[in-house]
Amino acid sequence: MSNLVSFTDKGLYCEKGNFYIDPWKPVDKAIITHAHGDHARFGSKNYLCHTFTKPILRLRLGENNYQTLQWNEPVFINGIKVSLHPAGHIIGSSQVRIECNGEVWVVSGDYKTEDDGLSGKFEPLICNTFITESTFGLPIYKWKPQQLIYDNIINWISKNKENGKTSLLLAYSLGKAQRVLQAIKETAQTIYAHGAVFNMQQMLIDNGWKLTTVERITPDTPKELLKGTVVVAPPSADGTPWMKKFHPYSVGICSGWMQVRGNIRRRNADAGFALSDHADWDGLLQTIKATEAERLFVTHGFQSAFSRYCNEENIAISAEVKTQYGSEDEEANSEQSEPIKETEV
Amino acid sequence: MIDLANNTDNIPTDQQFSGLELFAKLVSELSASTKTNDKLQSLVDYFAIAPDSDKVWVIAIFSGRRPRRAVNSRLMRDWCTEITNYPSWLFDECYHTVGDLSETLALLLPETKNENQINKNLSHYLETFISIEKQDESIRKKFIIDSWNQMSRDERFVFNKLITGSFRIGVSQKTIVNALAKTVDLSASVIAHRISGNWDPVTTTFDDLLTESASVSDFSKPYPFYLAYALEETPEMLGDPCEWQAEWKWDGIRGQLIKRNNELFVWSRGEELMTDKFPEYFILKDLLPDGVVIDGEIIPVVDGKPLPFSVLQTRIGRKNIGKKQLLDAPICFFAYDLLEYNMEDMRNLPLQERRKILEEIVLPIKNKSIQISEIINFNSWEKLGEIRTHSREMNSEGIMLKRKNSDYKVGRKRGDWWKWKIDPLTIDCVMVYAQKGSGRRSNLYTDYTFAVKDGDQLVTFTKAYSGLTDKEFAQVDNFVKRNSIEKFGPVRTVKPELVFEIAFEGIAASNRHKSGVALRFPRMSRWRKDKTVDEINTIEDLKAMLKMYGK
Repeated sequence: MSNLVSFTDKGLYCEKGNFYIDPWKPVDKAIITHAHGDHARFGSKNYLCHTFTKPILRLRLGENNYQTLQWNEPVFINGIKVSLHPAGHIIGSSQVRIECNGEVWVVSGDYKTEDDGLSGKFEPLICNTFITESTFGLPIYKWKPQQLIYDNIINWISKNKENGKTSLLLAYSLGKAQRVLQAIKETAQTIYAHGAVFNMQQMLIDNGWKLTTVERITPDTPKELLKGTVVVAPPSADGTPWMKKFHPYSVGICSGWMQVRGNIRRRNADAGFALSDHADWDGLLQTIKATEAERLFVTHGFQSAFSRYCNEENIAISAEVKTQYGSEDEEANSEQSEPIKETEV
Repeated sequence: MIDLANNTDNIPTDQQFSGLELFAKLVSELSASTKTNDKLQSLVDYFAIAPDSDKVWVIAIFSGRRPRRAVNSRLMRDWCTEITNYPSWLFDECYHTVGDLSETLALLLPETKNENQINKNLSHYLETFISIEKQDESIRKKFIIDSWNQMSRDERFVFNKLITGSFRIGVSQKTIVNALAKTVDLSASVIAHRISGNWDPVTTTFDDLLTESASVSDFSKPYPFYLAYALEETPEMLGDPCEWQAEWKWDGIRGQLIKRNNELFVWSRGEELMTDKFPEYFILKDLLPDGVVIDGEIIPVVDGKPLPFSVLQTRIGRKNIGKKQLLDAPICFFAYDLLEYNMEDMRNLPLQERRKILEEIVLPIKNKSIQISEIINFNSWEKLGEIRTHSREMNSEGIMLKRKNSDYKVGRKRGDWWKWKIDPLTIDCVMVYAQKGSGRRSNLYTDYTFAVKDGDQLVTFTKAYSGLTDKEFAQVDNFVKRNSIEKFGPVRTVKPELVFEIAFEGIAASNRHKSGVALRFPRMSRWRKDKTVDEINTIEDLKAMLKMYGK
């Protein structure tokens, strides 16, 4: 079997089409699965992404040569048929389907199988070769239905309110924050947000997304106003002096890593909610089976274990691939968080 | 006791919880909170609504009275892979990522609990563990698997923990005692006394344990310890050496020996009653006068010479002290100070007067279980500095300096007492293996093995787990994830690139390690980002240290 996509030091490369997918070094032509920093990097000449992704890229990478596609809208690049399909990870996130002479490869980017109502419903695509992420590729990661987790978050907020505490929810500003905000919008009249969350939310609203509005916290926001309210902030705000303003508060972290107690304790959180934007163990396996792929490449996450399991269970002929993904996405790397865009907010 | 019927307005949502679920909730709260007051409140809430039999077990568990293992962890692991059909290597991968066996099991087993399942009490499970301990494996297996099937993930976690080990959630005996003091009408010191010693949670009721009527005066009550600050400068700043008493600083457990009302009590600095742990001291009940409290060090001694702390460690974790421990690590009490004499508080007397009486009490005893902490004679700070360089040979951590006319203060205070510790030994080396940690270091590479140069080879000589900040650990973890060579199993071989300075307190010859040495209390004192692997120390350097400081 030929290799429609090869793994180079710049990233995933389609030689026949002369384009890269989520390259980590500047290239001429880059197809971007989604706007998280480890998949969408600076410096390429041309970017191709989903229509929903473009405004986010513009916010994060500035003005560039962006071309957009809708889902299921094929284009030909140097004779290679390329199309984007919902990946369910965050707004605009897409799988990249590549077809040449009847052979189909799919690059998953990051994905989740549960429909969060914002990111589009994930569709498994029939293909010969599937390149999958494996952020949560161990069977200890099995998510509860999101509604159950939302209920837990809402209960936690009302318990904090009873105790006169501010609920400080930490959620990655792109993706998790929008999801959490939609789920908790009824819990308070005004929901407050860190500048990074506010900027993202406002930009999406400006681009026509019907999202709940949030109030930006500024140095002038009176402390008394924040008492017992709900504040959403990126994980990088945790432990910074910015948090002093909310005293007394309780910290809840929304991340798949919160599945394991040790992580909650290490982060010194008062509560951990295992709410993830990535597929869990069952989600990964079901997806791979649904693609009917005979060959599998496993990228960032628990790639060794996941790949070995797929081989041993005859799910697909599997190999692991080292990429540079998972370094900047807070959830893809449990110990790193997004850089704060504004230090003083 | 709180009367639930009159109190329904204030009952929080906890009311819907019962049995093991209520206990699981308690454990979740205790492990999530970092503040002692929150932990205290969680316990108080628990004691307010839990059935009496469960309360007794909670007291027992958190004071080290867990029943013996009904099944070993190997079997639990096997039953889990049997139920889930996961290969055992995958179970291991999960275990090393989670860093806790009970939690790994709880996460891997399928969710089968039916919503309306009625919870059995904590005492039911613990008492069943005891009753099936000697039974056939098939009976134990059936009980464990049936129980798993009836439990939620959180309940399974605590259930597994009850079988396999300690909770490690930062609940000291003192916190339990304080929570009980808010639940029953007894003072904390009386409760501490009541829940210590030998009692069996199966046959003891909550009322037996904590009835309010019996008014026992608390003869066990210790005094708060006086603690010294580290001397950061040279002792010349302390003035005239004649005003100071110098002793070796011993590396054991600081303790108080109390004899009152013809009973003997031993307290640790953590205010844990440890009388039963040290049978060597029992004889002192007959040898000490009544109404005496002595401050000192609990330390293993052979032929008058103290042994390293690691020897003591092998004993203190044990519930039952066997003949072997008594033989290998016989415990002595090094008497430092006299706090009570003839039932009278002596703490306001000057140290030299307290010392005089202390010597009068201790010197005539002539028993291996107690000796006086020797005073070091010196007439100049220079001379004392010279003596201090021999600390390592004595198995001492340095020198204690106490002002001769000082009273015995409460807690850590500056001015009259100082510890003048010796500097640790250090060596520069490179990290070669990394392993994931456990508990709050779950899924993080935090346990490292280090090597020094041996010609153009590297030879490993120690492991270390501590000394870095959380941020540095995260950076090293990132490095390991990106620069590891082997893929399976818990240990990663790492590109030898990161150089660390390891500090340690002592070095001894060892044939268990390839390098031929074993270090005492090694930790990472600095991450030498300024050094490359070519600049690290060599095996010859280590051997030279062994020759100089090893015994």
